[in-house]
Amino acid sequence: MSEQIDDLIKSHYAAGFVTDIESDTLPAGLSEDVIRFISAKKNEPEWMLEWRLKAYHAWLEMVEPHWAHVSYPDIDFNAMSYFSAPKRDEDRPQSLDEVDPKLRETYDKLGIPLHEQEMLAGVAVDAVFDSVSVGTTFRKKLYEAGVIFCSISEALQDYPELVRQHLGTVVPQKDNYYAALNSAVFSDGSFVYIPKGVKCPMELSTYFRINEAKTGQFERTLIVADEGSEVSYLEGCTAPMRDENQLHAAVVELVALDNAKIKYSTVQNWYPGDEEGKGGIYNFVTKRGLAHTNAHISWTQVETGSAITMKYPSCILKGDNSIGEFYSVALSSNFQQADTGTKMIHLGKNTRSTIISKGIAAGHGSNTYRGLVRMNPGATGARNYTRCDSLLIGDQCGAHTFPYIESKNPTAIIEHEASTSTVSDEQLFLCLQRGISEEKAVSMIVNGFCKEVFRELPMEFAVEAGKLLEVSLEGAVG
Amino acid sequence: MLSIKNLHATVEGEEILRGINLEIGAGEVHAIMGPNGSGKSTLGHVLTGREGYQVTAGEVTFMGQDLLALAPEERALAGLLLAFQYPVEIPGVSNMEFLKTAVDGMRKYRNLEALDSVSFMKLAREVCKRVDLDQNFLKRGVNEGFSGGEKKRNELMQMMLLEPHLAILDETDSGLDIDALQVVATGINSMRDGKRSFVLITHYQRLLNFIEPDHVHVLGGGVSSVPVTSHWHWNWKIKATAGWKVRPCNE
Repeated sequence: MSEQIDDLIKSHYAAGFVTDIESDTLPAGLSEDVIRFISAKKNEPEWMLEWRLKAYHAWLEMVEPHWAHVSYPDIDFNAMSYFSAPKRDEDRPQSLDEVDPKLRETYDKLGIPLHEQEMLAGVAVDAVFDSVSVGTTFRKKLYEAGVIFCSISEALQDYPELVRQHLGTVVPQKDNYYAALNSAVFSDGSFVYIPKGVKCPMELSTYFRINEAKTGQFERTLIVADEGSEVSYLEGCTAPMRDENQLHAAVVELVALDNAKIKYSTVQNWYPGDEEGKGGIYNFVTKRGLAHTNAHISWTQVETGSAITMKYPSCILKGDNSIGEFYSVALSSNFQQADTGTKMIHLGKNTRSTIISKGIAAGHGSNTYRGLVRMNPGATGARNYTRCDSLLIGDQCGAHTFPYIESKNPTAIIEHEASTSTVSDEQLFLCLQRGISEEKAVSMIVNGFCKEVFRELPMEFAVEAGKLLEVSLEGAVG
Repeated sequence: MLSIKNLHATVEGEEILRGINLEIGAGEVHAIMGPNGSGKSTLGHVLTGREGYQVTAGEVTFMGQDLLALAPEERALAGLLLAFQYPVEIPGVSNMEFLKTAVDGMRKYRNLEALDSVSFMKLAREVCKRVDLDQNFLKRGVNEGFSGGEKKRNELMQMMLLEPHLAILDETDSGLDIDALQVVATGINSMRDGKRSFVLITHYQRLLNFIEPDHVHVLGGGVSSVPVTSHWHWNWKIKATAGWKVRPCNE
């Protein structure tokens, strides 16, 4: 059985291909000039440049963090390029028809054609290809509802004050090493604003791709849900095969004002590296939401890709009665390493948080859950429930759990449950003996393990998550 | 249906089966008895292709096919089912999903139209009733938290849904009280249609009070097995006790 598992682990990454689009790429290296170039290229207001430079100078003083349960060679930040945009970016397509056919072909290969999504799912797509948005749909319908959904570069042109008011309020420039780097050089990303009392009429979705060799990808996403509003945001990505490691250091900030609700779902399928652990994406992302009174922030993530993942989508439950949720499936196979989890910071009274984490390790994968639940002195009557389950497939992988619990309020209630299980030969043989192939059996067992998290995903995404997991299992499990 | 000739098999280098010969015709029920360690369960595992069992000599033909050349799942699809002695739990995978996946695969293999969810649900509920299991067991994880008897009845349910040509029941009677035993035996008897064959691996004669076998074989005395024919005096003893018609397989 272990031989078959090995075979399956070694099958190739299905989404590995490269689209050849001429890029306007900056030479490798990082300096003040580079930041000025990026800012000028985007025609940014002066305050934005100052903001970036402040972040850059802070970053220069900071040291790379090494506390995570992952190991990788040192990153040479001067060996990568910090800007890459498809040519003619001042002449960007206004509708999908104008999108480069090659780009559309790329999406078709991934099985996520934009036109199909528009028709079937009614999803507005802000497609990010490398660093600049090239296709935005349903803008009009959203505009009628008063919803702003555009690239952050456009937002800086059209709604500079709105961006200025919220940018960096959840993840400050100096928050951490990678957030500081992102703040200095971020290329593009999405901006969403939902006005007071508006329920966003459709799911908002962005597909990310990294397509330029040696180019770091620094996305910046800012979602502001004004009082009493509601939005569901979907993020998904996949990357072409690469030999060299690519750094991805995104920042996502969510602001949920009083009584607002933000649901942020991610399906992440970046190139995880080959069977020897060579190549693959480094995914060092800072994601955080700030919940005001009665606000509700929910993170759902399905992480199947990347060589190394360090990612802790968090909630600051500042307002009374605010709710934070984190549902996660993280799969590490081959030589993938994932150190992921969440932080729930309870500041307000009667704040509630739920953490459901499902870690799957296969091959030589290492899967770590790291989570912090903090009850501050003001968090009277606050509650947290945490469950961390690990599933091990094969005998070369590892699962680790590092829960940090800090309670400074005696009325707060914190629950933590954890379990570790394996996919056993007996289970696989029962399936085989009933005529079910090994691949299908593992997929069924793993899907069963992840059911609680998949349930949290929006319908059309849940299907894709199942598909992605299956593809990853082909190249990941046995 | 099944023809075993001079089958030798080892587990971790130790020879457990030493020249088994067995002919099973369509519609026949064969009981295989014998003490612990005589290789009864090993025979079931070798026939179904369980990893860790090496066939060192011999031939097995199942419905005209070289059984030993087939992968475990191909043997299952060809119509060979093993009801496990210790059915394993698969938490998180609902029984219904498991059964539907298995039945879908089997129907596809047999070129039968796929069952839609509603028809399958109806069928599964009927089968549940036949093995005296509450319908809630369909929603629960595969064997998750089932009692010993419930697990055995779940095996029977899988057999009823998959309709194998040959079912090997590995100590399906062990750990059952008399009522459960009767349910299982009635279930098995209801599957006897003159074409389907059964191998009952059992420790105890009591199962055979409910299911009348056409043939009884005894494997081994002591730790290792010897060809069944040399032990037919056991059969005689059984015959004397229970009054069955007994025929060693390779007279």
